[in-house]
Amino acid sequence: GADPLITEVQPWASGFGDPVDATPYGMPIRFEEHVVRRNVEWLTESPVSSINFTPIHALEGTITPQGCAFERHHSGAIELSKADYRLMVNGRVDRPLVFTFDDLMRFPRHVMTAFCECAANGGMEWGGAQLEGCQFTQGMIHNMEYTGVMLRDVLAEAGVQPEGTWVYVEGADASSNGRSIPMDKAMDDVLIALFANGEALRMEHGYPARLVVPGWEGNMWVKWLRRIGVHDQAVESREETSKYTDMMPDGRARKWTWVMDAKSVITSPSPQVPIRHGAGPLVVTGLAWSGNGAISRVDVSSDGGATWHPARLSGDVKPKALTRFHYDMDWDGSEMFLMSRAIDDTGYVQPTKQALREIRGVNNVYHNNGIQVWWVRADGEVENVEIA
Amino acid sequence: QPLGLGREALPEEVEAWDVAVLPDGTGLRPGSGSVEDGDEIFYEQCASCHGDFAEGRDSWPALSGGMGTLTDPRPVKTIGSYWPHLSTVHDYIHRSMPFGGAQTLTQDETYAITAFLLYSNGMVEDDFVLTHENFTEIVMPNADGFYPDDRPETEYPIFSAEPCMQDCRDTAPEVTRRAVDLGVTPMGEDGRPAGTIPATFDVAQGPEAIEEPEDAPEVTAGEIAPEAEPEAAAPDPALVADGERAFRKCAACHQVGEGARNGTGPHLNGVFGAEVAHVEGFRYSPVFQQLQDDGVVWDHDALSAFLESPRGFAQGTRMSFAGIRNADERDAIIAYLQSLEP
Repeated sequence: GADPLITEVQPWASGFGDPVDATPYGMPIRFEEHVVRRNVEWLTESPVSSINFTPIHALEGTITPQGCAFERHHSGAIELSKADYRLMVNGRVDRPLVFTFDDLMRFPRHVMTAFCECAANGGMEWGGAQLEGCQFTQGMIHNMEYTGVMLRDVLAEAGVQPEGTWVYVEGADASSNGRSIPMDKAMDDVLIALFANGEALRMEHGYPARLVVPGWEGNMWVKWLRRIGVHDQAVESREETSKYTDMMPDGRARKWTWVMDAKSVITSPSPQVPIRHGAGPLVVTGLAWSGNGAISRVDVSSDGGATWHPARLSGDVKPKALTRFHYDMDWDGSEMFLMSRAIDDTGYVQPTKQALREIRGVNNVYHNNGIQVWWVRADGEVENVEIA
Repeated sequence: QPLGLGREALPEEVEAWDVAVLPDGTGLRPGSGSVEDGDEIFYEQCASCHGDFAEGRDSWPALSGGMGTLTDPRPVKTIGSYWPHLSTVHDYIHRSMPFGGAQTLTQDETYAITAFLLYSNGMVEDDFVLTHENFTEIVMPNADGFYPDDRPETEYPIFSAEPCMQDCRDTAPEVTRRAVDLGVTPMGEDGRPAGTIPATFDVAQGPEAIEEPEDAPEVTAGEIAPEAEPEAAAPDPALVADGERAFRKCAACHQVGEGARNGTGPHLNGVFGAEVAHVEGFRYSPVFQQLQDDGVVWDHDALSAFLESPRGFAQGTRMSFAGIRNADERDAIIAYLQSLEP
């Protein structure tokens, strides 16, 4: 029969909605309450040294809202005001300096969009498919438009001495999570971010200032940035020796594996986004990114990798930032093995998980950029699987 | 050309913040600590998470053992088996530990704990004393176990071949692993993976089916819940909210709320008003059994005294927490604990 939503006057079409100022800083409408960060409790012992996952299955476009962008803390997210904020630059410099937040606001400002991916994104999948949903398998990632000041400008203010070949960056929180960054990178595109997506950084993202290290693993993006030490060697901190090193089959480990290699994932359909509309037009969409440059192509396969079709890259394609792809297909309603494969402008082609395991074994935790396989059943349900 | 921004960092400011210790010993401050002292400090400050012998508890990291396991299916990565530099141990303990009480250890305490960890890994004898002078003589067992990222040489050439587009498989795909078999995904109340996009129509009837608006089901008298008894002296909601925020520092070790389990510390549901050591199945420090025998109840004053100075109130507690000096904060946490369902 006729749709009463159309034939009958609905309350929202007759009475008032909320007045202005009902929510001076708004939250998403309640119908989207399922779109939130989620954690996997068995992963870590304590919620203050833990990680959660961006609901990438439910987002579109490329920009991640701060409020649902994944968090990783090592001693909890701290409240640090602009008034209490200090940034020190010391070590192999001509003039050790202290800056206030207001000082940072007087440096030339730059805007850049960059993805931040935890090196352990997909780490639980090294041994085999484990978790149902790209939020959990690929959701340790976010992508924001940052505004801030170049690290190189701040370093120049202090005057880096010739033997200053590394910087060591650390945060003001209790973990003070420090990482060493080679001077070439520090002088290239590293940003001290003061704003994200047009607003101040959220507390959980390092308010009032965090580091943005484009293309490199998220652990280096130090939040609540408080000190930059200039050194003639790497500090070899806990976060670059005990953690964030890559175990290889011979029992040795790669260190300084900073770059996040090219990767992609189909975000819809996926286990948290089953197909409910049956056969016919189907939008397949996902995200692709590369820490080595810009995405040049994304291929999609629906038959487990026998045939591949280039997807559309939608919107602007920016280097070291998330790229949205769409693949519009006519689904015949039969079972599919959906996969995506990213190719970046260096010519690197996203490998299969098996190809990675053949080189790195399965004792690795970090840098799993293998191809994800979704098994789409005839009823539209989607599973995380591996195939041979 | 400098802009003239910022001011000079004073030497005492640099000394306060620049505590980094580098592999060659750069940054080490004068000091010393013995294995014997380290054992005692470790038991007080570290053992509640890392175990009495640094063997690890629950999912907290083991700091000793694991030698020779790095090629095993489940390698045990500890300070002894994996860490390449002793400087990292000293640096990390001093800057980040104990968890929840960072930057409270003195230099000598840090040397002592570091010495104890060398001992617990079988690298020194029990009479060893670590100092800034002998520090760089220690060579870690896995010092040569690391090499710089070689992906550009070893992987990028392999992964840069022109990809196949057609007839790339000889056989039909066969499922070899299914995540559902493991059952470790967080699930929603509907039995689906948490966060699943809800349907906008009645799935059983398909997208074409338009649901008639239903009247609210009638509630029969028998189903109406009796009005809840007013709680005696319920805590102020604003104070409870403050307490919930302040409780974050406790949440590392203590679970609360529905489904709370014992972790490093006991769960705290119903702790307010209960006798000390009331959670069955939790391995309390002996001092709590003593307090229970003495008839101590976790009323406001007892909780406040304990939170102010855990080791003052319960000497020998393994709760590695410095205490809360601010009385308002203690009151808020107590109000929050009071608000929890038993």
